[in-house]
Amino acid sequence: MEPVAIVQGTAVPLDRSDVDTDQIIPSDWLKRVERTGFEKGLFSEWRDGEDFVLNDEQYAGANILIGGPNFGTGSSREHAVWAIQQFGFAAVISPRFGPIFKNNSTKNGLVPVEVDQATAEALMAGVQADPTLEITIDVERGTVEAPAIGLSATFDLSPTIRHRLLNGLDDIALTLQQESKIDAFETSRPSYMA
Amino acid sequence: MAKTIIDKVWDRHVVHAAEGEPSLLYIDLHLVHEVTSPQAFDGLRLSGRPLRRPDLTVATEDHNVPTANIDQPIADPISRKQVDTLRANCNEFGVKLYSMGDINQGIVHVIGPELGMTQPGMTVVCGDSHTSTHGAFGALAFGIGTSEVEHVLATQTLQQSAQDRMAITVNGELPVGSTAKDVVLAILGATDTGGGIGAIAEFRGPVIEALSMEGRMTVCNMSIEFGAKAGMIAPDDTTFAYLEGRPHAPKGAEWEAALDDWRSLRTDDGATFDREIILDGSAIAPHMTWGTNPGQVAPISANVPNPDQFDDPAARDAAARALDYMGLTAGTPLRDVPVDTVFIGSCTNSRIEDLRAAAAVAEGRQVKAGMRTLVVPGSGLVKAQAEAEGLHTIFTNAGFDWREPGCSMCLAMNPDKLAPGERSASTSNRNFEGRQGRGGRTHLVSPAVAAATAIAGTFATPADLD
Repeated sequence: MEPVAIVQGTAVPLDRSDVDTDQIIPSDWLKRVERTGFEKGLFSEWRDGEDFVLNDEQYAGANILIGGPNFGTGSSREHAVWAIQQFGFAAVISPRFGPIFKNNSTKNGLVPVEVDQATAEALMAGVQADPTLEITIDVERGTVEAPAIGLSATFDLSPTIRHRLLNGLDDIALTLQQESKIDAFETSRPSYMA
Repeated sequence: MAKTIIDKVWDRHVVHAAEGEPSLLYIDLHLVHEVTSPQAFDGLRLSGRPLRRPDLTVATEDHNVPTANIDQPIADPISRKQVDTLRANCNEFGVKLYSMGDINQGIVHVIGPELGMTQPGMTVVCGDSHTSTHGAFGALAFGIGTSEVEHVLATQTLQQSAQDRMAITVNGELPVGSTAKDVVLAILGATDTGGGIGAIAEFRGPVIEALSMEGRMTVCNMSIEFGAKAGMIAPDDTTFAYLEGRPHAPKGAEWEAALDDWRSLRTDDGATFDREIILDGSAIAPHMTWGTNPGQVAPISANVPNPDQFDDPAARDAAARALDYMGLTAGTPLRDVPVDTVFIGSCTNSRIEDLRAAAAVAEGRQVKAGMRTLVVPGSGLVKAQAEAEGLHTIFTNAGFDWREPGCSMCLAMNPDKLAPGERSASTSNRNFEGRQGRGGRTHLVSPAVAAATAIAGTFATPADLD
């Protein structure tokens, strides 16, 4: 994956809770065997409705998505992350993420910015009031800032995930550095587990 | 030190651990299906990495497969290409695959247990969030994304961060007419969709211990619906009796050795949990969902809730949005809501016991005129057993449509879909918007309630039919 250190830009306010991965990318799109071409599927059922925020031209070109609590719950489909990235988002802000979605995000360099409820609400209100509000997410410092509304907050990333996002590292290559330990472990497994 | 079953299974799989890093866990069983694996196999090819343990990797075709006319090629060309891609990948990398028409083919979370591949104390993963099902055997089992599928294919391990330990205790005894599905729907009512995020849950207490393996799988299956990484139930004599003699279960002296080990997989007295939920099982009536996430549940005897009764603004907003999507009016008795379609199937409720429960309700009765009904067994083996017991005759005589195994209308990746505005009573696990077809309205229920609803035409329990 590509390294990511700073995400700076404007945001789309998706002001609803429990946005599950079936909404992010409906199951018809999961039949594809490729890893690209999912941008058209992003929220495709909601985008067919005229008043959906992603259709609002005021938010065209935004590279940050702000969601309500429990964003990305449900299915493990990594296609949800691919769709969000391929549409043009580099980070998602939410007070709480579905765990598999959050994990998948970090494997692809999509920054999951998990902030407290008050910060999430302030950012949501901020971009609803001013679609040009500029937001800066700093992966190294673990901060999210919107100076125009006086907002500066922190978010948690484990040191390992932070390191990998900043350096765009390949998990599999890192794990294979422990290959001798995997070999040794395999000799100790019960025979009935094969 | 006293340990939970969660720690016992986790600790025995640590290949490598270092301060401040996730642990590297060994994976004993990797289940694969056509939807989340093609890009992972591509990744192996691109990087020139071999599949480390094809012998610990098993594949099946389930999400896309039609449930009728399976002797014909899959009609949808995109679905057919995805299934063909799995066949080619399994052939190239030496992975055992159960294809459409094979008696061992079926939903990935049905075939692993029934073939005896899922065993206590194992780590089990699959690119599918309902992998938590296998926790019913005291395995640590969880769903992963495609990047992690590739990681397991290449290394037979996963990097995993520590999780909270969550105890969910269901005390007492279930009332007559309540089932495992009602237990897990009641748990979802108590936890909401996010209450388990960051935790692995152990389900315990007399109600859980009294469940069959099928019932335990139903409960563990929906762990992800409240956000838990995994759900586990300590193995006991019920578990061992289910496993003994199954094709991949240990045999002879190895069976005895395995039993000795498996009996140790229980939470020690004095072990502590980070979170705890306690439910009174005797108060769990038949439940159903009314909204568009699985936390939006109520007893069938309740009315459609009024969004104003929710204190939390996000919950109130979600409820209002859900009622609008579902075409429901606050205050309507749930029992008065008419249904077009009944789906009995999915990795939650498509096992033999589920079909027996539904057939017991259907026997000697007729489905409501105009009702579409699908009964989709979870695997070829479940189908064969049901037919040996004559259940298919009971269903077809009552007017139910008896189908071939697969995921089917749980997620509408095959031809079994709801049309816009259609309303289902479904034994599956997700009532998300559009889950069973664009514009479709899904209510999650138990197999017994699904069958009773098919007959009554509105939501009903078996007792309502008398």
